Amino acid sequence: MMAMSKKILEQEPSEIEMLLPWHAAGTLNARDARRVDEALARDPELAKQYAVIREEYAETIHLNESLGAPSARAMQKLFAAIDGEPARSPSASLNLSARISEFFAKLSPRTLAWSASLGALALLLQAGVIGAILMKNQAASYQTASLSMNEPVTRNLKAGTPPRALVRFAPDARVADITALLDSYQASIIDGAKGGLFQLQFGNKAMTKDEIANLMSRLQGEKIVNLAVAAQ
Amino acid sequence: MQVLYGRHHVRVFRFGFRLVRDEQIAEDLISEVFLDVWRQAGKFEGRSAVSTWLLAITRFKALSALRRRKDVELDDEAANAIEDTSDDPEVTAQKKDTSEALRKCLTALSPEHREIVDLVYYHEKSVEEAAEIVGIPENTVKTRLFYARKKLAELLKAAGVERGWP
Repeated sequence: MMAMSKKILEQEPSEIEMLLPWHAAGTLNARDARRVDEALARDPELAKQYAVIREEYAETIHLNESLGAPSARAMQKLFAAIDGEPARSPSASLNLSARISEFFAKLSPRTLAWSASLGALALLLQAGVIGAILMKNQAASYQTASLSMNEPVTRNLKAGTPPRALVRFAPDARVADITALLDSYQASIIDGAKGGLFQLQFGNKAMTKDEIANLMSRLQGEKIVNLAVAAQ
Repeated sequence: MQVLYGRHHVRVFRFGFRLVRDEQIAEDLISEVFLDVWRQAGKFEGRSAVSTWLLAITRFKALSALRRRKDVELDDEAANAIEDTSDDPEVTAQKKDTSEALRKCLTALSPEHREIVDLVYYHEKSVEEAAEIVGIPENTVKTRLFYARKKLAELLKAAGVERGWP
């Protein structure tokens, strides 16, 4: 009986033993981390196993980091597919703004590493989009910022439509600042950051040309705004 | 979306790549995953981290992609057979390079062992988050990782690398 119990004990890992990998990764809660630390201090065999786990942990990271990064093709394919999606309604757009804020708020600190190539590509795309907007932004119509290879969508102005703008925020703009700016201007994000530009809509009433010019001037003066272009 | 993509696409790619073992398919997975996110952002309830949500979608897409591949069966036997061809721990052991042998043997683990090791060590997922991503109970997550580590030790031992555990 004794031998059988011993055999079972040998086969079945203890709760603390099973938590060791999470302790190595630093993802245990404070209570469990303390329990594991105490067990490691009094059990040399467990400490030996922990040393092995730390080695596995380091090599798993090494292995994954060696896998490289995807090519720009994946991003192009994604944004082309998004461009092909049906347009969202204004109410859905308001939700989008909140959802984007929520996404930002929940980003994991360990995933802050940016791809240098992506950044460079994004800058190039921004330059292209801004150039296209400045070239084609005429009195009665505008083109949407787009990565699509298809024909650009051109919309006619309608009386009573609230003003819209394409806005690029400063790279170091914090989510809280962006949210505060949106609130102070009664603005909502109605389209995502295509080429680094967000399409914003201001209030729910139409404005005169002078009012829009004044609004753009104020926006352009904001510290967290790099570019603000009236979209209609 | 661009910010979200910029922050997470590399990890999504690597997680998918480790599951499907094909760079092109892994790249295709990225656009599928983020397009789903774009479409389903309203369903994100905020109860888990964005990265956990993304990895769960990636896993689902990767398994679907594997099922679509004519030459790959999803069962462990076939998956392990594929791994065996890419695994060469003996040769690595001859080089007396424990680190390299470890990485080779990590690649040689079964898909479900590889997945749990990556989620906990590389993606730094807690027991609860790993359970959510894989869709198994938390206790199963713990035992699965334990047996993944035992399997890893066996592979290393077979390759001539003795680490003193188990």
